[in-house]
This record gives sequence, C-alpha cells and structure tokens, in this order.
Amino acid sequence: MITELGHYALILALAVALIQMVVPFVGAQKGWPGWMAVADPAATSQFLLVAFSFLALMWAFVTSDFSLRVVVLNSHTLKPMLYKIAGTWGNHEGSMLLWVLILSLFGALVSGFGTGLPPRLKARVLAVQASIGVAFYLFILLTSNPFLRLAVPPMNGQGMNPLLQDPGLAFHPPFLYLGYVGLSMSFSFAIAALIEGRVDAAWARWVRPWTLTAWMFLTFGIAFGSWWSYYVLGWGGFWAWDPVENASFMPWLFAAALLHSAIVVEKREALKSWTILLAILSFAFSLIGTFLVRSGVITSVHAFANDPQRGIFILLILAIFVGGALTLYALRASALEAKGVFSTVSRETALVMNNVLLAVSSLVVFVGTVWPLVAELAFNRKLSVGPPFFNVAFPPFLIAIAIILPFGTLMPWKRGNLGRVLAQVAPALVLALALGLLVWAVQTGHSALGPAGAALGAWLVAGAVVDLMGRTGRGAAGNRLGRLWRLPRADWGRAVAHAGLGITIFGICAMTAWQTEDIRVAKIGDSFTTGGYTIRLDAVNEVPGPNYTATRAEMTVTRAGSTVAVLYPEKRFYPVSQMPTTNAAIARGLWRDIYLVVGDAQTGGGYAVRSYIKPFANWIWLGALTMAFGGILSLTDRRYRLAAGARRTASAPDPVAAE
Amino acid sequence: MRRLALSLALALAVAPVLSPLVAQAAVQPGEMLSDPKLEARARQISEGIRCLVCRNESIDDSDAALAHDLRVLVRQRILAGDTNRQVVNYLVSRYGEFVLLKPTVTGSNLILWYSGPAMLVAGLAIAGLTLRRRRAAAEAERLSLEDEARLAEILKE
Repeated sequence: MITELGHYALILALAVALIQMVVPFVGAQKGWPGWMAVADPAATSQFLLVAFSFLALMWAFVTSDFSLRVVVLNSHTLKPMLYKIAGTWGNHEGSMLLWVLILSLFGALVSGFGTGLPPRLKARVLAVQASIGVAFYLFILLTSNPFLRLAVPPMNGQGMNPLLQDPGLAFHPPFLYLGYVGLSMSFSFAIAALIEGRVDAAWARWVRPWTLTAWMFLTFGIAFGSWWSYYVLGWGGFWAWDPVENASFMPWLFAAALLHSAIVVEKREALKSWTILLAILSFAFSLIGTFLVRSGVITSVHAFANDPQRGIFILLILAIFVGGALTLYALRASALEAKGVFSTVSRETALVMNNVLLAVSSLVVFVGTVWPLVAELAFNRKLSVGPPFFNVAFPPFLIAIAIILPFGTLMPWKRGNLGRVLAQVAPALVLALALGLLVWAVQTGHSALGPAGAALGAWLVAGAVVDLMGRTGRGAAGNRLGRLWRLPRADWGRAVAHAGLGITIFGICAMTAWQTEDIRVAKIGDSFTTGGYTIRLDAVNEVPGPNYTATRAEMTVTRAGSTVAVLYPEKRFYPVSQMPTTNAAIARGLWRDIYLVVGDAQTGGGYAVRSYIKPFANWIWLGALTMAFGGILSLTDRRYRLAAGARRTASAPDPVAAE
Repeated sequence: MRRLALSLALALAVAPVLSPLVAQAAVQPGEMLSDPKLEARARQISEGIRCLVCRNESIDDSDAALAHDLRVLVRQRILAGDTNRQVVNYLVSRYGEFVLLKPTVTGSNLILWYSGPAMLVAGLAIAGLTLRRRRAAAEAERLSLEDEARLAEILKE
C-alpha cells in the first residue's frame, strides 16, 4: 500500500513539474503575475511529493518488503539497519530517486529563500528547474522504476555488495548528488538569464551562493569517497582516475571555474557570456557523468549495446538540455553586454587564467575518460587509458594553477603592478623554496615529488596568509590583527579554501613519495620492521559478525621499544554474496598512518601480511575539508545575508526587466 | 579507489553480474622475487599493465587469476634477462595494446596526448584575442564611461 502511494506520489510529482515548467514560464513571457506565482507552490509540493515517494521506498527497504524487485536484488533481512536505510540509494533505481529528490529540494529552496529575487527571473529559473525534473521523472518511471512489484516474492533478498556495506555508503552518494544536482541551479539561472537577455552583478550575486553550495557538497562528496576507498580497499588507494571518479571530478573543476568567473561578473560586470557558458558546461558535465555511470558505456561498448534503453534515454536528456542550452547561448550571448575593462596585469586576467586552466584540465580528464570509446569506434583500436596517462596529463595544469594563484589573489582589480605584487609575495616565495630545498636535502632517495609538493603546499598556504595580512592595511601589528579578525567572511573563505588546496597537494605528493610498503608471510609471534616501526603478529582468531565471519589478526606496532598501537585487521567472508573482503586496520595520525592488512593463510604456515606506513595521508582529506570550510565561510558572508533586503530596494525602480 | 568505484558502478548502474571481485590487495608474498631491485622493477612494470578481465585495474592491484598469471609472467621475463621495455613489448605482442594503461604516443593516440596542450594554447589565444578586441572597443567609449562614473559619484553624494 505504502509502495503504491509512493509510486503514485512520483507520478503526481511529474504532473506538478509539468505545470511548473509551463505556467510560470508563460507567465514570465506575458508578464502575468498570477501565472508566475504558480512556481512557488508547485516547487514546494513537488518536493513534498518526491520526499514522500523516497520515504516510501526507504520504508520498503527497512521492512525488507521482498515483493519489490529492487529490494530483492539489493537487500537481505540479515543486513544491519544502517545499510537497509542507506541501501535505498545503494542501487540504480533508488539513487535516481535520490537524484530527483535533491533536484526538487533545490527548487523548493530557491522558492523559499528567493523572496528577494525579481519575480520574472524566479519564475523562469523554477520553470527551467522543473523541466529538468520532468526529464528525470520520466527517466525513472519509464526505465528505472523502483516501485515495480514481483509476482512471486522470494523468501529473502540477494544482499548488497559487501564492499558497499560501510558507513561511507550512507554519506558519500547523498553529498555527491547534492553537488551534482546543485549545479542544476546555476544552469537554471544561466538559462533564465539568457532568455531575459540580461546578466548583471545582482544576477551573479544570486548564482554564486548556489554554485558555492553545490561545489562545497561536491568537494565533500569526492573527499569522502576518496577517504572511504582509502580504508576499504586494502592498500590505501585514494584516487585511481576511474571513469566513475572522473565523472565527479570534471563537474567539480568546472564548478570551481564558475565560482571564480562569477566573481568577475559580480564585481566588475565583465566575463558575462563566459560565465553563462561555464554554468551550462558545469551542469552538462554533471549530466555527462550521470550518463557515463548509468549507461554502462564505459564498462564496455558492448554492455551498452546489449541494454541500451537507459543509456539512450540519458543521452537524449543530455542532447536536449545541453544542445538546447548551447543553441540558446549562441543566439543570445551577444546580447550580454560586458562593461568592465581591465589591463593585462590585473586580477581579472589572473581569474581568466584560472578559468582557462581549470576548464582545459577538466576537458583533458574528459578526453582521457572517453578516449577508449572513441578509439574503438573511430579508429578500431582497443586500448586502455589508465592512471599512468592521467598522472602525466593532469598535474601540469594543477601546478600552473597553484603557481599563479597567490599572484592572482594579491592582484588588484582593473590594473595591477607586477612589481608591487612580487614584493608582497616575496616572503611566501622564499619560504616555499627554502622548504622545498630543505625537504630535498633531508629526504632519503631522490624523488622530486616530495620536495615539489612541500614547496607548492607552502607557497599556497603562505600565499593565503599574505593575502589576508595584505588586507589589514598598515600600522601596528596589534591593530592589524584586530582588523584581520574583522575582515569580511568572504576574504577568510577565499584564503582558507586556497590554503586547503595547498594542504591537499602537499598530502598527495608526500604520501605518494614517502610511503613504505612491506609484503611478507608472517607466522604468529613473528616481528618485522618497516619504515621505522616494528610490527608483531600476536594472534589470529575466527570472529563471527552479523552477516559475515571474520579472520581477525592482532598486531602490535612498536617504535623504539614503546607500543604505538595494537591493531586488528580482518579478512571477512560474506556467505550471502559469497564474497570475501579485506578490512584494513589503521592507526591514524597527523604525521603518518600505519596501515595493516591481513591476507590468506599460507600453505607453509603463517599469513600473508601487508604493512604500509603512509606519511601525511590524512592531509589529503584535511585539505579537502579545509577547502569546503572555506566555502562555508564565504557563504556566511554578511553580503549574502543582507543580499535579499538590499536587492529589494535596488531593483525597486526597475520592476520590469528590459527584454 | 578503483575497486570501490567499480563496485559502486556495478551496484548503482549495471546489474551485479561480475562476481569475482575481491577486495584484497594483490601482490602475494609467494610471487615476489628475492632480489629487491628486480622486484621493484617488476612492480613498476605491473603498475602500467592492465588486468585484462578487470575494468581499468592494473595487474599490480588486481586479484583476478589472470592478473596473478601476468605478474608471474612479468617476473619470469625479468629473470630471463629482459629489459623493462622488452617485457612490455612481449606483453603487447601477446595481448595487444589493450594491455597498456598508458597509451602509446602513436597514430590516433596523438590526439589524446596533444589535446591538452592544444586546448590550452587555443584557450589562451581565444581569451587573449577576445580581451584585446574588447579593450579596443572600450577605448572608444571610455570617455563616456568616465562621465558615467563621475555622475554616479555625484549621485551618491
């Protein structure tokens, strides 16, 4: 019964979205306030309907309703409750429902928070947003309906992939989707602006917080996924340039570019059409990511050809929205008149460089991701593009961005003086180079990666400090510190996010360059030394779990005679899916992780044991969190909190926008 | 992150068809060469060789039986005195270029390798030209802009 209600609510949501797509749009074209006002209740009720539908599906998972096909395929009565709940979105159908839930949530938020938006803009934004909803409701109902019943329900389900049975599943997909789908807001604002033929500082001020929110969630989602794979995979791989990962990384890069170019629109009323294009591309790459992941086209062309229904549907959505948006852009972009002029040495130029580098780096990832497909279809070559390609092709862009970044933050708008900026960053530059040289001298081995990472990281962090201090003006240190505290949150947000990038770059380089690995057969009582730590295998026991059995090792890690940690790595076996998993045990630390894995019992006695010492591993995710925190700081800037009121007075003289 | 991504993709996108996916680090102690220098070479080669039955996973990371066979094969070739390049060439001659995780810089792959630099140059050129054109256009109406700015100042006061 609840299932049928959920199904029905989803169909109703489609109907409401259809109304929200047409009525406010016509209202905005004709200037009928009553029709435009339909958008608000429609957006809210659409969200409530999808939320009900989602909860109905969750209920089916929680109560293990095996008359539902999707529950049978992905759940089991023995599964712990957390994974029954998270299992709602741990499958294709449920995750698409989460997708539209978040889409409708953003629509409702715009309706709720956007009270100060010009009514015409708001009506158009919500209409565009609803059109995306219509496409995806149809996709779910026609190709991926989670509410399909089975004629003969089985006694139990087939269980979930044990790798997914992790708290990570509860958080990673929702955050990733909040990011992906959040970019639909920037897209809707961009389309509305194109229809209106007007982009101004107020528009940019409206778009920036939404883009920032989406980017923050995407940052967090990607970092969380990386952290999850680090501990779940059994050797600490945190990024593998897998197409699924690239699918989230490409929109992240575009969103980062969009954030920066929107600043130029807001402050200087320049780069307008470019910003619109970036908003379109950011969401386009979200859709491309969805297509790549959902259609199975990256697994193999043939898998796609065997079951093309979903893939073709998403491809159609992609073609309609991206094609339509780009056509509209081609027709209308010239109407967006730029105002601000700037010289070659200026912050605007630095931000243009940032945009070019971010956009091209994202396209490089895109080309690498789809190249096996292109090569097979166009050149009849069956080949692979893996991490060794991306590790060569992508970092130069990142390094270039990192190098110009502190210059850009110190450069004044309009016209700058390179000499003055150089004098300002000189301390950061000296510090970074000195640190790089020091690390080079101290480290064993001759890898350039560690010193380079240290220098770049220090450059960005010190550059952020210089950026902040530079805004406190002149005078006594005490006064400047006081002013530092009172700087706008947006300034703090920028500095913190940029420092976070430095921390992440350093973490990646340091861990990759300096980690040690030890693989061996150890008998109980054996001890060995790796990376300065002595590790002893004390015992191995069989331990039962809720829906698995585990072989658990007890290992003691000592350094210079004193115990650092006692760790219990496990090897688990899940009878329902007949799959073993390896559960590493990690002693986490700010300076290093000790990462232990126990493997199979060996024929000659003893167990395969892997030990890794991973220096600065946690800095990778710490840096990502710092970046996201910078975003939060920026979002809480009073400029945005006061924005609604300020706009009402600002837009009062001109209630009817120039068409 | 590969195996996780793979299982996520499988769970979220495709029906769970492939079963022999085992989350466990790959190189087994028994496979390793006793000479650490040769073993290091073997690891370095393995990282660039794709496990043919996996998705985008190197034989160094994979637990598939085939990956095990290839790891052993790589080590046999090294012990037989092959250089790294010879080992890789041998694998390519047996399994085709599909086995390389880093595509060769030949033929149509030139597009792949040079698209990044080409796009960068194009992007910078477009940006440069557009900005220059705009500046030239703006130069003409600068006077009026300055007037406007002064007007705004006056109005503010």
